[in-house]
Amino acid sequence: MHTRTLAQLSADLRARRLSATELTKHYLERIARHDTTLNAFITVTREQALAAAAAADKRLANGTATSLTGLPLAHKDIFCTAGVKTSCGSRMLDNFVAPYDATVVERLNAAGVVTLGKTNMDEFAMGSSNETSFYGPVKNPWDHALVPGGSSGGSAAAVASRIVPAATGTDTGGSIRQPAALTGITGIKPTYGRVSRYGMIAFASSLDQAGVLTQTAEDAALLLEAMAGFDERDSTSLDEPVPQYSKIVNEPWGRITIGVPESFFDKGLDADNAQTLRAALKDFEKLGATLKPIELDYIHLSVPAYYVVAPAEASSNLSRFDGVRFGHRSAAKPNDDLLAFYMRNRGEGFGAEVKRRILTGTYVLSAGYFDAYYVQAQKVRKLVSDDFARAFRDVDFVAGPTTPSPAFGLGQKTSDPIEMYLNDIYTIGANLAGLPAMTLPCGFVRGLPVGLQLVAPPLHEAQLLKAGHHFQRATDWHSRVPASYA
Amino acid sequence: MLQPDDIRRLCRLARLDVSDAEIADVSAKLSSIVAMVDQLQAVDTASVTPMAHPLDRPQRLRSDVVTDADRHELYQRNAASVERDLYLVPKVIE
Repeated sequence: MHTRTLAQLSADLRARRLSATELTKHYLERIARHDTTLNAFITVTREQALAAAAAADKRLANGTATSLTGLPLAHKDIFCTAGVKTSCGSRMLDNFVAPYDATVVERLNAAGVVTLGKTNMDEFAMGSSNETSFYGPVKNPWDHALVPGGSSGGSAAAVASRIVPAATGTDTGGSIRQPAALTGITGIKPTYGRVSRYGMIAFASSLDQAGVLTQTAEDAALLLEAMAGFDERDSTSLDEPVPQYSKIVNEPWGRITIGVPESFFDKGLDADNAQTLRAALKDFEKLGATLKPIELDYIHLSVPAYYVVAPAEASSNLSRFDGVRFGHRSAAKPNDDLLAFYMRNRGEGFGAEVKRRILTGTYVLSAGYFDAYYVQAQKVRKLVSDDFARAFRDVDFVAGPTTPSPAFGLGQKTSDPIEMYLNDIYTIGANLAGLPAMTLPCGFVRGLPVGLQLVAPPLHEAQLLKAGHHFQRATDWHSRVPASYA
Repeated sequence: MLQPDDIRRLCRLARLDVSDAEIADVSAKLSSIVAMVDQLQAVDTASVTPMAHPLDRPQRLRSDVVTDADRHELYQRNAASVERDLYLVPKVIE
């Protein structure tokens, strides 16, 4: 049952070959069996899940079901879920019970999905290995000594081990695509503004975007169709119609040109990964695509530009966590002033990486540095964005690696923040430019999965998903499951 | 290279306690991050307009009217200390 995709399970449910309650119990058992090892969940919502499954079974019986009714999934613990702890992977919100649902959660609930729980993540989504979580690291299901990537590491490990059939995630600099690639699953970050940010705890507001981690592009289409669309509660939500992704993925895909930046294949990329990616691009060629070498002149500056813009926005967004109205409040009660009170609550509530980013953001925004860092980074962001716009005059997608290497060891990169940051070197460009991007499993290196990334022009999610679906009809990398979870 | 006093100043601005034991590590790591982002200084951007929004769209505005219901009881369940519907904090005024 657990090796079936959302699309297959949806057909099973509607043909009454299987009930939502049976399906939910099956996955809850898998979580109970495997999650003590994986640590992919922060909260499992067993009772709510069984109640939602019973309600889904009623809808399936009385003909009011949607194509998602009764399908189980998990939400990254960055999405507010009414009445359920929403921690964002932080001690700061360890005691926080969300008073309302994020728009993403609300829309999926309305469609009848069954939420199994909330997945582990890097604290406030700041990390590329899931090691900054207050709740401990998540293990990579392919090798428990390795990281699953981050920040949506819990969602990625849960889907890769098939203890959930799909999960939501968020992507500010690669947080959906990088863990999806390192665990051998499909992940899509839509266009900035495509999916509402309401109720999604903010990290860097001009970069944050919600998306999904799934077994297939077809499943991603199914979920995104329900999640995407205008929301007046998010001031940067795009007021654009949502295409029927799940229908479009099955259409023929015509004449496609894929741009390949040669600089992506230089010495920064693991040689075996490069070979695997070249072979996957050849597969796209066999499917009728034309490959075209391109240049992105400023892409090498995307990491430094990001590490100014993102911490600057984070330092502002995270100023709301002061322990007054919600969040961690220090148990120490010396008779002191408000400043010391704030500093203590925040000093105890945030972990080391979050503190580093807040301080970096505070530094680049402080008097005398604002123009040299923040304004300059916004200008470089424009150059990176213009690079992509120029490329898309000649090509439909820009393809390349999702990550520089396969998954790395737990603890291997925690002592050097720069080395950790460079993990997102191929993914950050799409965030800076606000573009939709997807990673597809495309092979294995030393027994570990490798992801191929496709980036598309704004609002071209349908084309991306369609390309992914056609690739997955011709390959089987996406259906590989680690032996101990098969 | 950022010095411990620079870090203490930033901590005050950011309302963030960092213990004396952590200061050396924080200043070393923050210095390496600043050195990395300093690559940006070499780029000629004299004719470039800074990009504030990824899709270059104007900010949507709504009318200035109250749309939220009063849900303070629900919201205050997450507070550490509440009395008569008020959030309690250390004394600010003598």
